[in-house]
Amino acid sequence: MKPIRPNDMMLQVTIRIVAIIIFAFSFYLLLAGHNSPGGGFIGGLMTASAILVLYLAFDVKSISKALPINFEMVIGLGLLLALGTGIVSMILGFPFLTQFFDYFQFPVYGEVELTTALPFDIGIYMVVVGAVMAIILRIEEDDI
Amino acid sequence: MSALHFATLTPFLLAILIPFLFKYIKRIHTGWFVLFIPLILFIYFLTFIPVTAAGETLMSSMAWVPSLGINFDLYIDGLSLLFALLITGIGTLIILYSVYYLDKRTEKLNNFYVYMLLFMGAMLGVVLSDNLIVLYVFWEMTSISSSLLISYWYYRDKSIYGAQKSMYITVFGGLSMLAGFSLIYIMAGTFSIQGIVANLEPVVNSPLLLPAMILVLLGAFTKSAQFPFHIWLPDAMEAPTPVSAYLHSATMVKAGIYLVARMTPVFGGNAEWFWIVTAAGLTTMIWGAVSAVRQKDLKAILAFSTVSQLGMIMSLLGAGSAAYYFGDGDNALYVTAIIAAVFHLINHATFKGALFMAAGIIDHETGTRDIRNLGGLLTIMPITATLSFIGLASMAGLPPLNGFLSKEMFFNAMTYITEYGIFGIETWTVILPVVAWIASIFTFLYCAIIFFRTFTGKFRPEKLETRHVHEAPIGMLVSPAILILLVVVIGLFPNILAYSLIEPAMRGILPGMIGAGEFFEVDIYHWHGFNIELMMTIGVVLFGSLLYMTMQKWSKLPFYHRENDVFNTVYDTGYEGLIKGSQFLTRIQMTGRLRDYLMYICAFAILLFIYTMLRFDAFVISTENLSGIDPYMWGLMLLLVASVIAVPFINNRITAIIVTGFAGFLVALMFTVFRAPDLALTQLLIETVSVIMLVLAFKHLPKLWKEKTRPMIKAPRLIISIGVGVMVTLGSISAFTLGGQAGYTGISEFFTENAKSLAGGYNIVNVILVDFRGLDTLMEVLVLGLAAIGVVSMIKLRFKGSEDV
Repeated sequence: MKPIRPNDMMLQVTIRIVAIIIFAFSFYLLLAGHNSPGGGFIGGLMTASAILVLYLAFDVKSISKALPINFEMVIGLGLLLALGTGIVSMILGFPFLTQFFDYFQFPVYGEVELTTALPFDIGIYMVVVGAVMAIILRIEEDDI
Repeated sequence: MSALHFATLTPFLLAILIPFLFKYIKRIHTGWFVLFIPLILFIYFLTFIPVTAAGETLMSSMAWVPSLGINFDLYIDGLSLLFALLITGIGTLIILYSVYYLDKRTEKLNNFYVYMLLFMGAMLGVVLSDNLIVLYVFWEMTSISSSLLISYWYYRDKSIYGAQKSMYITVFGGLSMLAGFSLIYIMAGTFSIQGIVANLEPVVNSPLLLPAMILVLLGAFTKSAQFPFHIWLPDAMEAPTPVSAYLHSATMVKAGIYLVARMTPVFGGNAEWFWIVTAAGLTTMIWGAVSAVRQKDLKAILAFSTVSQLGMIMSLLGAGSAAYYFGDGDNALYVTAIIAAVFHLINHATFKGALFMAAGIIDHETGTRDIRNLGGLLTIMPITATLSFIGLASMAGLPPLNGFLSKEMFFNAMTYITEYGIFGIETWTVILPVVAWIASIFTFLYCAIIFFRTFTGKFRPEKLETRHVHEAPIGMLVSPAILILLVVVIGLFPNILAYSLIEPAMRGILPGMIGAGEFFEVDIYHWHGFNIELMMTIGVVLFGSLLYMTMQKWSKLPFYHRENDVFNTVYDTGYEGLIKGSQFLTRIQMTGRLRDYLMYICAFAILLFIYTMLRFDAFVISTENLSGIDPYMWGLMLLLVASVIAVPFINNRITAIIVTGFAGFLVALMFTVFRAPDLALTQLLIETVSVIMLVLAFKHLPKLWKEKTRPMIKAPRLIISIGVGVMVTLGSISAFTLGGQAGYTGISEFFTENAKSLAGGYNIVNVILVDFRGLDTLMEVLVLGLAAIGVVSMIKLRFKGSEDV
């Protein structure tokens, strides 16, 4: 007799859509952070929860196949990115981690503010996603 | 950044390339690439000789942490240039030698050359830095990189032991040195050595002078292997021979000498400095010489001989420091001592470097360094034998080699020290020259032992590890031959160094002793007539030969067989005691239960809080300026309190998780009420993620069960948890009240005003995170990343049987 597998079709169908919405919202949070609630930390947590929701609805194997990401690596890359923005300002002769911003005119969008804080925030975003996912996946995979 | 800064940092920068060169260019020995680095630096530093010989100095500044007075300032005068030349010059020869010593097929050359370059760069930093803190940083880097070099053959237990020992002892010294530097800063108000020397008044008259002096000397003595810290040096001989030759002839151990020389203008002229440095030097000299005689391993003999020779240089610096007592540069006596110190420093680097390399050749070709098994190598390795003979003769102080010249000057300095008539020397008149003389006899003796035991006598191939013993390849002989050539040339024409290296170095040790445009008189010659120094040398040769000839008799004495230094026992017992003690302390704290850790942290915080609040009488509760509380807030608070209190009484895990989560969401709600959307969002997400994590980890959790604890144990826990609550409440109320009374405005005002103009963002929380407090955030995510990697590795590399992580 095969083990009974609960029928979670409804959950899976819903999650497919919900996860995309959460992803989109998390990116919004990440990018909007400078001027409205949000930022790398919150965005990262939200992305992580989106991925986690996928893991909950589907099994680990298929999600790991769909998202073949080494999250330990993401931690390292994020740290390097955050450090890198600091070092760039150092090379230019400013104190470590000096941030800059300016306003640019883009077609269609109009005036857009670009800051060096954004790559820094993306680095933090990556570390948060990487750390949460690495810890949780390891605990999940572990079977003793 | 000047060219000088680049030169100092070059070894570090180019070390990055080494692993790639090693990995991708297998055909060529990595050492050939490395060779260019010290060679080019050596040539670069040579160009400074005309500058320092003219009595000028060079300072090149770069701001590092200007707010704390820490600047990456490099200073070139005769003293630092001499050391820089030794480091790069001997470094070049060592790298050349190592190309032939280390096999490119079997050795991990990438590790070796990276450590070597790190060490070289750190040494250059030590001798060129003008700022005490920068000097300290480089100083510790030499400790770390040298212990990496010593443990290069890390699979040998002895290498690890030697590396640890050198690290513990030198880092201990380094830390006390840092304390000494801090005291100097308190006295002088600057970290710049030249700044301190230029304005000595506040330092000399301070009561902190003596503690600072002792702490700085601890650093110098541990590094330079002075008695009783010399024990790390013989154990460091486990390193590959090029390392020993480099670290123990010219660089690492000379760093302590450099520090003493550099600090002479600051501390010299005090009776304590004079006595401590001279006495430690002489004790080390005789202790090292006597210990060297007892060793059976070639490199161990050389190690103790290094200890002894360093003691000699140290005692000369001590004797020379008296110049500051008199405050003039005319007295020939202490000037002689300083000349001898600088001169012997150069000489020791040349002959000891060559001798170490020769010992390495013997080890490499015969497979052993034990003098009981060696013998008769004179005809088999004639070139090595010749080189060793000249080097040993120089070390023993035989004419006409350079060792003879500096030894004569040493005797001269020690004999006439009695004429100073200061520091209560009269009573100790005889002891200093006698100790110096006896130590020299033993020096002669072990030189004889090395030569005759290795190269003469019977050749016994059955005792050696290699079959066909033959002369070393020519490449291996080049470096020692160059050094021995220097020994002879300096011996015959010592005055080529007089005004190019020695005199400028003396100006570095004794600045202010003579005016600008004047020069110390340095004239080194062989024949002084039949004076007491010559008699002493003749006596050394006579007694030394006598002792060697009667060696058959006294080598049966138990004294000869006690190879182990008594201080090793002290170190080993102390080390074990430290380990046991820290294990004991750790076992008290680290119970492995989260509950206990929380208890320690909270209890300590409460005690600290109570003390601070009582000490400053800061408990204030006022009901003024309070806003009203909306009725729904009462409901929210009651729910929160009730859910938190409920948690300890729940017996079902799922319920406990849900109730904790409930409390978390309530907190998020409160953030929303107080209009903190960022905090509320974060709190919500954290709660969500932790719920998911708990669900995933659920299967790993053990069954929930209530411990039956006695009230006696429960009571303190209850007190602590209530205490934390009371502390936070009282603390915030008092802070609010006091802040209101004193009219403080919070730092938030600054952020509100400047977030837009300085950082271009409206969300203050985010602007604080990424801009105003960017470094904090960076460190936080660093901790987060480390924690994640820690969790991952703990789960992945869990105990397997008896295997520990």
